[in-house]
Amino acid sequence: MITVTAARKHYGSFLALDDVDIDIPSGSLTALLGPSGSGKSTLLRAIAGLEGLDGGTVTIDGRDVTAEPPQRRGIGFVFQHYAAFKHMTVRDNVAFGLTIRKRPKAEIAKKVDDLLEIVGLDGFQHRYPAQLSGGQRQRMALARALAVDPQVLLLDEPFGALDAKVRTDLRQWLRRLHDEVHVTTVLVTHDQEEALDVADRIAVLNHGRIEQVGDPVTLYERPANDFVMGFLGSVATLGGQLVRPHDIVLDRDRTTALALDAKVADSPGVITATVERVVPLGFEVRIDLRADSGERFAAQITRRDAAELGLHEGETIHARATSRSTVVDHDPALAI
Amino acid sequence: MSTTSVARPVGDSPPVDGAGPAATPRAGEDPSSPHGIPAHDTGAGLTVVPRRNPWTWVGVVAVLILVAMFVNGLATNPGWDWPTFAQYFATETIIRALGTTIQLTVLGTIAGFALGVVLAAMRLSHNAFLRTVAWAYIWAFRSIPLIVQLLFWFNIAYLYQTISFGLPFGPSFGSVQTNDLFGALGAAVLGLALHQAAYAAEIIRGGILSVDEGQREAAAALGIPRHRQFFRIVLPQAMRSILPNAANEVISLFKGTSIVSVLAIPELFYQVQVIYGRNSRVVPLLLVATVWYIILTTLLTIGQYYVERHFAKGSARALPPTPVQKVRARWAGLALRARRETAEVAR
Repeated sequence: MITVTAARKHYGSFLALDDVDIDIPSGSLTALLGPSGSGKSTLLRAIAGLEGLDGGTVTIDGRDVTAEPPQRRGIGFVFQHYAAFKHMTVRDNVAFGLTIRKRPKAEIAKKVDDLLEIVGLDGFQHRYPAQLSGGQRQRMALARALAVDPQVLLLDEPFGALDAKVRTDLRQWLRRLHDEVHVTTVLVTHDQEEALDVADRIAVLNHGRIEQVGDPVTLYERPANDFVMGFLGSVATLGGQLVRPHDIVLDRDRTTALALDAKVADSPGVITATVERVVPLGFEVRIDLRADSGERFAAQITRRDAAELGLHEGETIHARATSRSTVVDHDPALAI
Repeated sequence: MSTTSVARPVGDSPPVDGAGPAATPRAGEDPSSPHGIPAHDTGAGLTVVPRRNPWTWVGVVAVLILVAMFVNGLATNPGWDWPTFAQYFATETIIRALGTTIQLTVLGTIAGFALGVVLAAMRLSHNAFLRTVAWAYIWAFRSIPLIVQLLFWFNIAYLYQTISFGLPFGPSFGSVQTNDLFGALGAAVLGLALHQAAYAAEIIRGGILSVDEGQREAAAALGIPRHRQFFRIVLPQAMRSILPNAANEVISLFKGTSIVSVLAIPELFYQVQVIYGRNSRVVPLLLVATVWYIILTTLLTIGQYYVERHFAKGSARALPPTPVQKVRARWAGLALRARRETAEVAR
């Protein structure tokens, strides 16, 4: 369990962390999600001790480590740019934390072999980091961090420097790894898809504050505010309210649309709009619309619904949010 | 060399229009391989050969003539006096003097770089006082010419007749005569080392700064204590940028030992001067010193190559081949080609 209380950090006049409180339960995989400059990396580095705090405390498993240097916090840290020890082989990189602790040779050899197998790098023991691909380097970095049996594993945008395909593979692999090793893990990312994919808890940060903490479903379906809603998935502004594009229903007949609308107390009502573009996205079809008020928004409907409606560009249509949709009042102050 | 190529016909076909005289095959010459450069078949009945530039050859000939004149002069000009050179080159006096020169270089390098490491660490310290002291040291010792500094150390007994050991401003446990502690050789080593330290510090500091901060952070996150982070992670990687400059410094220190002759220390240059002062054969004796300096610098350069290669591990996907490996590969390639050619002829 990691507890951060009233963490505060300035860089000159820039406030990176503004009295942040967060609890990270043991064994969880928590994602710190936010745009760049939101303070997510600073928070992670403060937990690691790589960054000092101006105020507040950090405790790991009940031990106050606020004044401890990183080497005495019992952490494993993985950097975005791998930070592989370039002058050492893969084997020596992974073993380094153990050799420096003067563990018996046989124990080190076994541990390193086990870890390299887990991260899928057996057979690469004698290569140098320069001879590995980005994805392999990052897996080596993970093995290196796990070798010292850290109480917590901290990952700073670990897949940020990799290409899209490798990124998706690695994050699913990370999820499986976490299910195997169960070490408390904190992952920093700016990619909402990545957070939703791997994490069992997500903390959304903005301007050095935590906007909301919860499991992915809660955050997606019941966002605390505009910002959280906008950051986790796409949104459409419909009559001054934020709605998910796939929660918008389209109907040619205004009366049926209205009749349905009566059942929903807080829905934005029925908007009349003109179809500007119909974009097939594979399984779904995106309809770009312009409301009579001039506001532009997009709805996302299934392929079958689109075929049934048979929409054409320039046509007039009625739109409203479904009865179970996620709706947040638009607050311009929180807009991204 | 020019990289553009012109095509010309193979065998008996007439020259291609506009190919120019350089591209026309001469009678009796194998058109596929002029000057041993392998020709490539383009598949259209034309063979690509490198374009020739007549001015390159004019330059080569001019330089060759100058080199030949110089070598001829070395051999025939009696002024070089090779018999005297041969007579003194390996005499005991010269060899012993060479030993002194090497001793000065080794001691100056070790002490200079040891102090340099300390100064570099001070320059990079968080403490402003240590930073300032190191900065002032480097400023002072880079400002004073080595020869001036050496004379100062040689005359230190004039300033401090005795040196006593004890607590600062407190009781003394004993003292020695400064001249006993600082012979000429001691003064020379001290001067060289202090001078070298100032330069070494800057080179080492530059090397340390060239290592990414993330490396130290990664080591810290692995639970590695601070001094080990430095010696196991930062320094080995810093060596890559330190070494070429450090080797330069060692070589220039090695030659710089000749300045020590002002302190009448029997090193190579001083001994040579003593000998030609006696027999007036200046040129051949300077040549003795020159050849020894060249030999030892060559050895240092070879050593530098292999040390750098050692520290290059991991920075490139593959290490560059050693000269021995290069020669071997070249030889293997030639042998292969010769075998292929004989096989073709046989066919």
